[in-house]
Amino acid sequence: MTETLDPDGPSKGTVTLVHLYPREMSIYGDLGNTRALASRIRRHGYTAEVVDHHPGGELRADAHLLMGGGGQDSGQARVEADLEAVGPTLKTMAADGVPMLVICGMYQLFGNSFHTVGGQVLPGLGILDVTTRGNDKRMIGPVCLETEFGRVVGYENHSGSTVLGTGQEAFGKVLAGHGNNGEDRTEGARTLHVIGTYLHGPLLPANPMVSDALIAVAAERATGRPFEPEDLDDPLADEARGRQVRRLVGSR
Amino acid sequence: MLRTAAAVAAGKTVRALARRRGGGSAFPGLVAERIQPRILRGALADIPGGIVVVSGTNGKTTTTKMLVAVLRAHSRTVFSNPTGSNFTRGVLSEMLPQLPLRGRLEADLVVVELDEAHAMRFVDEVAPTHSLLLNVARDQLDRFAEIDHTADLLARLGAASTQGVVANADDPFVSRAADALDVAVRWFGLDASIADRLPEITEHDSRFDDVGTTRDPGPGDARLRPRDERSFDVVFPDLEVGPVTLHQRGLAAMINATAATTTARLLLGDDFDPSVAAAALAAVQPPFGRGEVIDVGGQPLELVLVKNPAGFGVALSTYGSTPVATMVAINDNDADGRDVSWLYDVSFASLRERGVALTSGVRAYDMALRLHYDDVATARVVPDLDEALDAFVAAHPDEPKRIFCTYTAMMALRRTLAARHGLAHFGEDTPA
Ligand SMILES: [Zn+2]
Repeated sequence: MTETLDPDGPSKGTVTLVHLYPREMSIYGDLGNTRALASRIRRHGYTAEVVDHHPGGELRADAHLLMGGGGQDSGQARVEADLEAVGPTLKTMAADGVPMLVICGMYQLFGNSFHTVGGQVLPGLGILDVTTRGNDKRMIGPVCLETEFGRVVGYENHSGSTVLGTGQEAFGKVLAGHGNNGEDRTEGARTLHVIGTYLHGPLLPANPMVSDALIAVAAERATGRPFEPEDLDDPLADEARGRQVRRLVGSR
Repeated sequence: MLRTAAAVAAGKTVRALARRRGGGSAFPGLVAERIQPRILRGALADIPGGIVVVSGTNGKTTTTKMLVAVLRAHSRTVFSNPTGSNFTRGVLSEMLPQLPLRGRLEADLVVVELDEAHAMRFVDEVAPTHSLLLNVARDQLDRFAEIDHTADLLARLGAASTQGVVANADDPFVSRAADALDVAVRWFGLDASIADRLPEITEHDSRFDDVGTTRDPGPGDARLRPRDERSFDVVFPDLEVGPVTLHQRGLAAMINATAATTTARLLLGDDFDPSVAAAALAAVQPPFGRGEVIDVGGQPLELVLVKNPAGFGVALSTYGSTPVATMVAINDNDADGRDVSWLYDVSFASLRERGVALTSGVRAYDMALRLHYDDVATARVVPDLDEALDAFVAAHPDEPKRIFCTYTAMMALRRTLAARHGLAHFGEDTPA
């Protein structure tokens, strides 16, 4: 399904946003990330073309922006074959600088491999240099991170424990919460414009600066011109985020 | 035997003390259990008419209340856990005042509502004769982690039931689980005439193609056939119960009544009387906080509990046709579910025209932000619940009002409303 959102005034160009597996991999409100991106693209004066990618469908290799969410194990099983088929295209797009946001289960699948509790090794796409091990401990709760975009808040809920490869940049440093593994205070991973993270909640509505960073790159790819942002006011998002930051880390 | 008497006595004492302090409901059960670990098993050893466990994500409290009312209307003595204390020790605590020292509960039937996880602990102690499996929806994922796991727990409850299971034919998770059971299954569901309203009330499972799951009603199976927004019939192949008009509004309540009626008939057999059942259902007052209407300054104020996407969706569609002043109060304590991301799986488009007067609670701004993404305007954001309640009532004195709220927000609001408007205290449902 494709949905088009037009800006109120004349459009600065069309940004194509692909949501990977919205049926199988969007159990934690991940649809909210896609809505947040589309609505923000529109408010910046661009047309947002939102494309759902389902298993067996043809991946839009011309997409300017990709979003992939978390799912349950059974949901992940349903997308495995398709992900194998479109994997090389995704890898090429990522290396070419296409911005992508992948959450939780999809973050794990974008890594090198996933090692199950039973000792099975499931290969990942290798877009992010991370390795995930299943374990019995579930890491759950609200999170606050320090990132290059500023302080980010969200919610994590994962049993996979992820370790970054040497030289792999994290998405942020954990100020409150567990992060990748509950030990090294890293959260998520970032390579070029691909961000992988355990934060759903969903991540973007309360953290619009992350949306804008992704959209800036996407808009430039879409139009060939530098991003022409509108000056957007986000009082609700700022207040929602600010309150969580104060609750989780105080006024540090 | 002596140990049982000691356990019962200790539990009764602790419960009386806890009550006086207005305290928690699990502790007396814990004390009794410490002294006699098998106290629950013993207490339920002589129940002749059946031990029924009601479980599922949404509607447990309402359905249990309805089932108990129908059974009592048929002159059965029924023990139940009426305060929504849907965990094993809560059941035991509730039972203590009625428990003779010899430790055997005297009742024709026992009907308890238990959440899925506690149902497992219950069946470890006591094999239910029957279970009623309502639905599976995402609810507090941070507690139960996965919807598949929840569905599996319901399947295990069904499998532990010795005589019969009543299952929701329209819920894909429940019907898959019940189809796999060896024990006899009675089904309840929507009549074909309203099957198009299914998406409002069930959690779609994208992993299966849940198309054409129509199953022909067999003997003892019942279908819900609404007449209008308030009244309906419960239709069995051989008889009808109705028309029934409930105090509680909405499709979800009608489905709960259908589930309760199906179960009551299974339990009562030939003694089941359709007119007695219809009258009993019509007399049931909504459980506290489930569509409860409070008179505030001559205008009705409704408290509607919301706890997951399916439930919030049903609530919005139920009430969408009658626009009133609306407030939404979202907390994120343990009992609410600490993760508020599920709000993004609900469509709030039906509130767009009228807008929302206030958002409140710990996550008031997150709620306003969520509404903003659905182009629903929020007039004010007031995190403090009491302050918000006052502002809401003051801003809309002459019209009906509705507050959608999470569990702890509802508790706090109701406490305040009770203090100011002289309501019954929490947990003191007027006896049926
Ligand atoms: Zn997650």
